[in-house]
Amino acid sequence: MTDMPIENAGAAPAPRKGSLLEQDARTRKRNRAEARFKAYGILAIAMGLLMLVILLTTIVGRGTGAFQQTFLTVEVELLEEKLDKKGNRDLADIKKVSTFGYAPLMRAALEAKVAEIGFETDLKSKEMAALLSKSAAADLRNFVLENPDMIGETVEFKFLAQSRVDGYLKERVTRASIANDKNISAAQLDLVDALVAEGSLQKQFNLAFITGADASDQRPEAAGMGVSMIGSLFMMLVVLVLALPIGVAASIYLEEFAPKNWITDIIEVNIANLAAVPSIVFGILGLAVFINYMHLPNSAPLVGGLVLTLMTLPTIIISTRASLKAVPPSIRDAALGVGASKMQSVFHHVLPLAAPGILTGTIIGLAQALGETAPLLLIGMVGFIASNAPETIGEGLMSPNSAMPAQIYEWAKRADPAFYERAWGGIIILLVFLITMNAIAVMLRRRFERRW
Amino acid sequence: MICATRSQIGGYVGSLLNAGSVGFVVIAVLVLTAAGFVLVRGRAVASVSGDARRLHSLPNYYGYFAGMMVAVPALLLTALWMLIQPMVIQNTVIDLIPADMVAEGSSVNLVMSDVRRVADGLDVAVAQGAMTADAAAALEADQTDVRALLADVGVALGSDVAAPVLEAAQKYRVMTARGTGTMAFVVLALAILGLIAAMWMSTGNFRARNMVERGVLVLLMLAASLAILTTVGIVLSMLFESMNFFRMHPWTDFFFGGKWAPNFRGDSDLSILPLLWGTMYISVIALLVAVPIGLFSAIYLSEYASSSVRSFAKPLLEILAGIPTIVYGLFALLTVGPFLVNVFGRGDNGLLGVEWMSGATAVLTAGLVMGIMLIPFVSSLSDDIINAVPQSLRDGSFGLGATHSETVRQVVLPAALPGIVGAILLAASRAIGETMIVVLGAGAIARFSANPLEAMTTITTRIVSQLTGDTNFASPETLVAFALGLTLFVLTLGLNVLALYIVRKYREQYE
Repeated sequence: MTDMPIENAGAAPAPRKGSLLEQDARTRKRNRAEARFKAYGILAIAMGLLMLVILLTTIVGRGTGAFQQTFLTVEVELLEEKLDKKGNRDLADIKKVSTFGYAPLMRAALEAKVAEIGFETDLKSKEMAALLSKSAAADLRNFVLENPDMIGETVEFKFLAQSRVDGYLKERVTRASIANDKNISAAQLDLVDALVAEGSLQKQFNLAFITGADASDQRPEAAGMGVSMIGSLFMMLVVLVLALPIGVAASIYLEEFAPKNWITDIIEVNIANLAAVPSIVFGILGLAVFINYMHLPNSAPLVGGLVLTLMTLPTIIISTRASLKAVPPSIRDAALGVGASKMQSVFHHVLPLAAPGILTGTIIGLAQALGETAPLLLIGMVGFIASNAPETIGEGLMSPNSAMPAQIYEWAKRADPAFYERAWGGIIILLVFLITMNAIAVMLRRRFERRW
Repeated sequence: MICATRSQIGGYVGSLLNAGSVGFVVIAVLVLTAAGFVLVRGRAVASVSGDARRLHSLPNYYGYFAGMMVAVPALLLTALWMLIQPMVIQNTVIDLIPADMVAEGSSVNLVMSDVRRVADGLDVAVAQGAMTADAAAALEADQTDVRALLADVGVALGSDVAAPVLEAAQKYRVMTARGTGTMAFVVLALAILGLIAAMWMSTGNFRARNMVERGVLVLLMLAASLAILTTVGIVLSMLFESMNFFRMHPWTDFFFGGKWAPNFRGDSDLSILPLLWGTMYISVIALLVAVPIGLFSAIYLSEYASSSVRSFAKPLLEILAGIPTIVYGLFALLTVGPFLVNVFGRGDNGLLGVEWMSGATAVLTAGLVMGIMLIPFVSSLSDDIINAVPQSLRDGSFGLGATHSETVRQVVLPAALPGIVGAILLAASRAIGETMIVVLGAGAIARFSANPLEAMTTITTRIVSQLTGDTNFASPETLVAFALGLTLFVLTLGLNVLALYIVRKYREQYE
C-alpha cells in the first residue's frame, strides 16, 4: 500500500462535526456489520445444535416404543389329552405335538377370557386368536417343552399380541387407518378396547427386543436385536485382536524406528489416504478378497471383522502415533543413558506411558467400526433372518449372522411400518453402546492423561 | 446366495471340523513355542553353570529367541499354505468338470460352490457317523441318492448331484485331506527344526537380545507395510474385476454413455454419467448446507466464543460426527423425507399446497441430511486452520482500527483460505463416498434432472444394489460395481491427495 499515489494527501478530510462520543453514520454501519457477523456465527452454531436436538429427540421419541410391547395375559389350560396323550411326560412324545396342537388351547383360553369379561361379539374364535402374534403358539409350545410338569394344569401365560394391536395401543394404528387393512378389523379393535379396559391386555417392558432374535416379515412384534448384537460382538472381537497389535506395531515402527526415506514416505501417505477411503470400497475389497478369493463364508462375522479391521487400522495408527509422539524424548534418552537398547527403551518405557492414549484411540476406532454399515452390506450381513444365536466361538465367527447396524438397515427396508419403530429402537441400543464406549475413552483420557 | 439356510451353516461347521486339524497344528506350534522358551532358557543358563551374569543377554531373551525360531516360520508357513492350497485344489478339481456342465447358464464358480458344498456335506456326514470315511470316498452318483443322504444329516442341496460334481467333490475331499495332512507334517517339522537350531545356538556367548530385537523390528516393519498391502489389495481386486467388466462391456458406453439401465437378461446400458450426476448434485446440496453452517460455527468458536461456550458447543457439535451413518440414513428416510413431502407435496393437504414431490426419497432429502452429517467435519477442520493463523496478523489489523468482523473477513479468512478450501475438498470427498444416507434417502432412479425434489441415484447406491442379492460374477451387471468402485476410489483419492497437499502447503507457510 505504500506506493499508492498520494495526491490527496494535502486535502484533509472535513473536520468532524458534533461530539466524539456520538457515533457517526459510518461507524454505526460498521458496528452493525460487526453485530450481524457475530449473529451469523451464533445462528450457525444454533442451527448445528438444533439439528442435533432434532435428531436425538426423533430417535428417542420414535424408538422408545420398541422397548414396550403389548401382551395379553390369559389363563391357558394345558390339556393332557392334547399335549401328552400317553401321559408319561416323555419329552420326545411331547415334542411330536406341533404348534397346530397348541392353537386350539389358545383359542379356548381366549374365548373363556371374552366370556369372562362379558363382551358380546360375533367374532369367530379364529378371528379372536388373530389378535395374538403368529409366534404365540410357538411360545406356548416352548414353555411346555421347558416345563413338562405343567401339563394338565392351568397356567397364566403372557401372549405376544400382533403388531397391529400393539400399534393401536401405541397410537400408530388408528381406527381410520385400518380401513384397508386385512390384518385387523374394527370389531377386533372393539375387543381390544374391552380387553384393555379389563386390564389383561397391556403394554409391558419388552426384554425380548434386547435379547431376542430377528423375526420374519410377518411378525414385527417378535423381532429383537439380541442375535445381531452377538454378531457385532464377534466382529469387534476380531477387530480388537487384529487391529490393536498390528496398529500399535505399525505406529511404533513409523514413529520410533523408521528411517527417513521414500519407503517410509509412501507408507505414511498411504495410511493418511486409507483413512479417507470411502468405507464401501473396503466392502468391495472384502467381497473380492475374503469371499471370492479365499472362500470364507458369506455373512460371517469373521469376514466382517477382517474388513472392519482394515478400515479401523488407519484410525488406530494415527491416534497411536500421536500418543507416542506425546511421550517426551527425555524419557527415551534416560533409558538409553542407563544402557537400555533402543527396543528396550520403547517397549519398557515409551509404550507403557503411551498406553492410555493408545487405548483411548482404540476404543474410539472400535466405536467407529461398530456403527459402520456400508461394507457389511456387500459381504452379505443383511438380507437374512438372524434367528439362531451361535453356540460356540467358532460358530460365532464362521456361521452367518447380522450386526447391529445391518439389522437396523434390514428393518428400515421392510414394508411394514411396525419395523420402523424397531429400527429406531435398535438405534437407541446402538447409540447406548457408542456413548458408553466414548465415555470410557474420555474417562481414560481424563484419568491417565499426563502432560509433560 | 445371501439367504442362510441350515445347509450353509452345516457346511461351514463341516469346514470348521476340517479346519480343526489346522487348529490342532496351531496349538501344537504354540505348545512347542512354550516348551522351546523353557528349554532354551534353561540350556542357556546351564551353559554358564547357572551364573546368569556371564550370559551375553538376559536369560529371558534366550527364551524369546527360541519362541521366535519355533513360532514365526511355522505360523507364516501355515498362513501361506492355507492361502495357496484352495487355489491349487480348485485348479485341479475344475478339470474334472466337463465344459458342457458349465455352459448351462451358470459359471465355473457356481459349479465349484456346488462341489464344495457336497464335499462339506460328506464331511458332516462322516463327522456325524452317518457313514464311514471309506463309504464316503466310494460313493457313486448313479447308485446312491447323495442328495437324500446329505439331507438326512441336515445338509440340504439345491439340486441332485451330478456324477462329475460328486467325483470332483471326492477329489476335493481327498486333496484337502492330503494337503492338510502334509501341511501339519511340514509345519511341525519346521517348528521342531527351529527348536533344535535355537537349542544348538543358545550358548553363553550367543547374542540373543540382538537377534530377538532384529526379529521384532522385522515384525514391526511387516505391520507397517500392511497399509501398502491394503491399498494394493483394494486397487488390484477392483482392477481385475473392472478389466473383466470392460472385456464384456464397451468402455466408451461406461464413461460416455447417457443411460443406466441394468438388465439381468443382458444387453444393459451401464453408463456412469447419470450416477455421477446424482452423486455430484447430492454432494453440492450437502456442501451448501454444511459449508456455511460449519464455517460460521468455526469462525464464531475460534474468534468470538468465550472458553466456556467453546468447551460446551464444540463437543456437542462433534457428537454429530460420531453418529453412525445408518442413523442419518434412517433420519432421512423416515423423518426428513416425509417432512419435505409434507411441505412440497401432497397437493392441497401439504403446507404449500403444491404437488412437486411424490416420494420421501429425493436429492434434497439425502443432500440435507448429508449436510448435517458434514457440519462438524467442516467446522472442526476449519477451526484448526483458523486457529493456526498467527495472532500477529490479527493484532496488526486491530491496530489499524479494523473491527473484529473486518479482521476476520479481510485478514484471517484470506490467510486461512487455502486450508479452508482443503477442508471443503475433504468434505466433498466424504460426501461422494457416503453410502448409507443415499442408499436410504436418495432413491434408485438414474436420470439427469435438475429438480432436487426427484429421486436420483448415486455411484455408491448402485454399487450396493449390484453387489447384493443374487450376484453372478460372470455378468457385466455385477462386475460393473467394481468399475464403479474403482472410479469412486480414484475420485476420492484424487480429492484427498489434493486437499492434503493444499493443507500441508498452507501449514508450512506459517511455521
